[in-house]
Amino acid sequence: MLDIQNLHATVNDKPILNGINLQVNAGEVHAIMGPNGSGKSTTAYVLAGRDGYDVNQGHISFEGKNLLDMEPEIRTRAGLFLGFQYPVEIPGVSNMYMLKAALNAIRMHRGEGELDAIDFLQLVKQKARELNIDEKFLYRDVNVGFSGGEKKRNEILQMAMLEPKLVVLDEIDSGLDIDALKVVADGINALRSPERAFVIVTHYKRLLDYIQPDFVHVLSEGRIVKSGNISLADELEEQGYGWIETAPTGTDG
Amino acid sequence: MNTEVLADQVVSDDTPIANKEIHDVIGAEYAPGFVTDVESDALPPGLNEDVVRAISAKKDEPEWMTEWRLKAFRIWQKMESPDWAKVSFPPIDFQNISYYSAPKTMKDKPKSLDEVDPKLLETYKKLGIPLHEQERLAGVAVDAVFDSVSVATTFKGKLADAGVIFCPISEAIRDHPDLVKQYLGSVVSLSDNFFSALNSAVFSDGSFVFIPKGVRCPMELSTYFRINASNTGQFERTLIIAEDSSHVSYLEGCTAPMRDENQLHAAVVELVALDDAEIKYSTVQNWYPGDENGKGGIYNFVTKRGECRGNNSKISWTQVETGSAITWKYPSCVLTGDNSIGEFYSVAVTNNFQQADTGSKMIHIGKNTSSTIISKGISAGKSQSSYRGLVKMMKHAENARNFTQCDSLLIGDKCGAHTFPYIEVRQPSSTVEHEASTSKIGEDQLFYLQQRGISAEDAVSLIVNGFCKEVFKELPMEFAVEAQALLGISLEGSVG
Ligand SMILES: Nc1ncnc2c1ncn2[C@@H]1O[C@H](COP(=O)(O)OP(=O)(O)OP(=O)(O)O)[C@@H](O)[C@H]1O
Ligand SMILES: [Mg+2]
Repeated sequence: MLDIQNLHATVNDKPILNGINLQVNAGEVHAIMGPNGSGKSTTAYVLAGRDGYDVNQGHISFEGKNLLDMEPEIRTRAGLFLGFQYPVEIPGVSNMYMLKAALNAIRMHRGEGELDAIDFLQLVKQKARELNIDEKFLYRDVNVGFSGGEKKRNEILQMAMLEPKLVVLDEIDSGLDIDALKVVADGINALRSPERAFVIVTHYKRLLDYIQPDFVHVLSEGRIVKSGNISLADELEEQGYGWIETAPTGTDG
Repeated sequence: MNTEVLADQVVSDDTPIANKEIHDVIGAEYAPGFVTDVESDALPPGLNEDVVRAISAKKDEPEWMTEWRLKAFRIWQKMESPDWAKVSFPPIDFQNISYYSAPKTMKDKPKSLDEVDPKLLETYKKLGIPLHEQERLAGVAVDAVFDSVSVATTFKGKLADAGVIFCPISEAIRDHPDLVKQYLGSVVSLSDNFFSALNSAVFSDGSFVFIPKGVRCPMELSTYFRINASNTGQFERTLIIAEDSSHVSYLEGCTAPMRDENQLHAAVVELVALDDAEIKYSTVQNWYPGDENGKGGIYNFVTKRGECRGNNSKISWTQVETGSAITWKYPSCVLTGDNSIGEFYSVAVTNNFQQADTGSKMIHIGKNTSSTIISKGISAGKSQSSYRGLVKMMKHAENARNFTQCDSLLIGDKCGAHTFPYIEVRQPSSTVEHEASTSKIGEDQLFYLQQRGISAEDAVSLIVNGFCKEVFKELPMEFAVEAQALLGISLEGSVG
């Protein structure tokens, strides 16, 4: 589904990603761990097509198509979803309104036609209920005044609504209380399917215990330096990153 | 004027957006920019007493009206064009403008729509304002003004049954002279300002509305102003009178062809609300704004003022200003009657090289008067947008209250937003509240919405509409939809 080959990227002319290789197949769940500043969020932004994140080497294909050729919104409509490490506040625009615009843009792209107001309302309320999100959040402006954990849950709500093929979640577990973490993990697990893949960036094993990823990768200085299974996360939890960073360059998973 | 500047908030070129170049690219398509090919009967360019007399004669006006105009003209001659607004343009050569232009076919004063030149009817149809009975917007009566004349007024009969007078002002001068004499110039005096004095001398057409005591106007009234002829100024004059306990909602729309030259539109609108009466006045202003290089466009210099003359009366202005090269406009309320209420809700959008200096004045004279000003300015491209407002609490305005909120939204880093609130308080028991904010559509916001599948342009619309929703909810339903669409078009090409 996703094939990242030798990806090099700069931000403001500063090299951040230095040759990432990663293959993700449908149905797989990949976790990416790694020290602060190693390039995890940068990788996510490059995938989503954020302006200013310049790819100067390598390529990315998504379902056989050149991802780097697509505008950000086209990537989303093609099935890529990014849950942000820091979800953005948008004053004046209600959550509900944004979700409707987003869902309909995606549905139009898929040739499904727009959802009418009543069906949409039903759907969004049902998803909110499943994720234990109070209905009143739907009527509030996007992320405005939301607590850190509420913002993260809102990302999961959007993911659930948009039903992407490839979900990239950047530190979705940071700032969540124990109950919310469970809700978010359940939300992710509920969406797992043989047609869908996940790339989950996290610093903590706790989320991975709930999710049981197929692969765990360690990113360091813009490169994947080690890949393994969930036991790698256990080792990291015990020993930190020090022992890996000196290790020779690992490869794909 | 004894005013005090409380704040001058300026945001300009010094806030670049990281990672994303937001700039003005393609000029937005201005759909109403077509020209209707009709032969017109126009006065040659130039302005003097003979021209004023000629206009009056073309309108078959009574002597008193001609004299009124001449008096205004003499006042205007002694006045200077105001220079305090934050707009810049080369001096206007008033001798180079034609002050009257009307389609030749209107000369015989068509008695019904069947006699009106089909080309004119077609023009309004194209603009989405069908005048024919069967196609009309249900519940909205329209007075269609084309250059210097009114082409048609719909639903006159139905309105007359309710006692409402809705007609071109030129007709009111002939048919209802006493009302016109009593109220014309009673809110905006001849000497009020340079452009209102000019308008008083040369005004051509506009609408007259009279709602008698106790009548709730059975439908929305509206006037659609169309400038068509080149080199011609449009000087509309509107007068709305709401007698005791009456109610009316009035709407104004306007467009003009795309031309390379600047054209002057200098209007005067006067509203009078007597005891317990309510007037709601909404404007969707879409004059040609000029092209993406700042060439052409309408100079929109307008004096709009309403007086809450009676106790417990209410006047509410709602405006959505998307057009014009320059807008200079401060719809105001004079709150004379006790317990009267004045409101001003505004969205002003500027893109490319547009300049807008707009706001409101609330003059509190009576006791317990209250006013609200909600102003939303949106600037994109290289445009400049200013809010300028005056709140004045006079000596007897006990317990008067004002609340002002003006918010600016910037798109890109080459535009500017400015706020000039003036507050003058002579009555200590009154309260004045002022809130202001400036925000910017951030690259992070656009990217976030794009990541949700929404195009950059739709993302801007979403944010802008959210920013304006307090004002849009004041517009009658159909027009709120139109205004939203217009906003989208005005900002097309503002992100790249
Ligand atoms: N706009 C920018 N300008 C300069 N440097 C940047 C910019 N954005 C990111 N960087 C740098 O790129 C590097 C990688 O950042 P990134 O956000 O990808 O790290 P991360 O792995 O997600 O870290 P964390 O675990 O703290 O979230 C950091 O050193 C960061 O300072
Ligand atoms: Mg990060």
